[in-house]
Amino acid sequence: MNKMSKVGGLMSEQQQSSELLDTCLMAGRIMIESGSEMYRVEDTMNRIAQNAGEKQSITFTTPTGIFMELGDSGAVQIRQITSRTINLEKVEHVNALSREFAAQTINLGQLHQRLASLDRDVPFFPVWLQIIAAALISCTLMIIYGGYWQDFISTAVIGATGYAVFYWVRDRLNISYLNEFLAAFTIGLLALIAVRLHLGRSIDMIIIGGVMPLVPGVPITNAVRDILAGHLLSGIARGMDAIFSVSAIGVGIALIFRFFD
Amino acid sequence: MITLFGKIILQLVFSYIATVAFGICTNVPHRALNACGLTGAAGWFVYWLLVQLDLGHMLPNLVGAFVIASVSLFFARMKKIPVIIFNIPSLVPLVPGGVAYRCVRAFVLGNYTQGIGFAIQVMMISGAIAVGFMLAQFVGLRRPVKSD
Repeated sequence: MNKMSKVGGLMSEQQQSSELLDTCLMAGRIMIESGSEMYRVEDTMNRIAQNAGEKQSITFTTPTGIFMELGDSGAVQIRQITSRTINLEKVEHVNALSREFAAQTINLGQLHQRLASLDRDVPFFPVWLQIIAAALISCTLMIIYGGYWQDFISTAVIGATGYAVFYWVRDRLNISYLNEFLAAFTIGLLALIAVRLHLGRSIDMIIIGGVMPLVPGVPITNAVRDILAGHLLSGIARGMDAIFSVSAIGVGIALIFRFFD
Repeated sequence: MITLFGKIILQLVFSYIATVAFGICTNVPHRALNACGLTGAAGWFVYWLLVQLDLGHMLPNLVGAFVIASVSLFFARMKKIPVIIFNIPSLVPLVPGGVAYRCVRAFVLGNYTQGIGFAIQVMMISGAIAVGFMLAQFVGLRRPVKSD
């Protein structure tokens, strides 16, 4: 039988389904942690199970935890999800591994192993490059939103500083939304200083450009899409997450206007 | 005429740069970066063009999102990469960050009525973007697709 040959044929059925569940759930967990859409997570998990010879599998995914049952053996496992970031390369890698498994170029054991190593070390772009990228996002978007060329350099510097703060705080302190708040506060303060020192013209445009690398507009849009696709729980949970991020940014900027302007 | 041409080039180049840069911040795979930039530039350009034609903000956002989703779908099939990898960075220029900012600012300064107006605008723009994506899914359905 296909399933037996893939897993090695020596394990008991219980061990097999346990390993399969573990693999599927690991794939699902990595995808949710990296910011994938829910339907893709469920699809990938079911597909791995199917390709391992399970005819029927049931998955239930939320942004904070995933459940999976294999129909044949009735085995169920749960995984908790504690961190949610955006790392699109991981989504792509899990997808590619799932394809390789479907094409039978790797077996279940290898899939499990490679998912585990993928979870540990997917190279991120170096921090300095991300900070330069943040500078580019800020100044280019500021211009195409109708900003002034005089603000170009100050927006780039402020956007980069804001992202650096965002990154540093996320790395050092494990407090949700604090990084967005502090980054937005820095951006607002620097924009105010820049305008006071006549290094910039429009404080509004500088701040809008500066916070663009932080704005969770995409999670908001994704939340709407999740809801439209019928994943109500995920949509509401992600929408809430996004609203809290927006509020943290808003409060950071608001403090500047309230107390310094 | 030359200034119009220059404007168009500026919009295209800057939206391309912004999208690629956001791709770097969200760790898009290297081989997808260029396609991401093209998708983002296409979406923003259509949006900008429609705004120039004085069509308000909802329709341009809807059409812009539709273009992004369709082009993403094309690249996703070509490169066999999940479509979300092209969607997320490309949407960044369309995100109603400016309106959201004005909304927060209005609330802080005590202009609640104005703030609620901006808040509703943010919601409607997000909705328009989502509808644009939905419409693109109908287009994508015509060919039988493996959804990965």
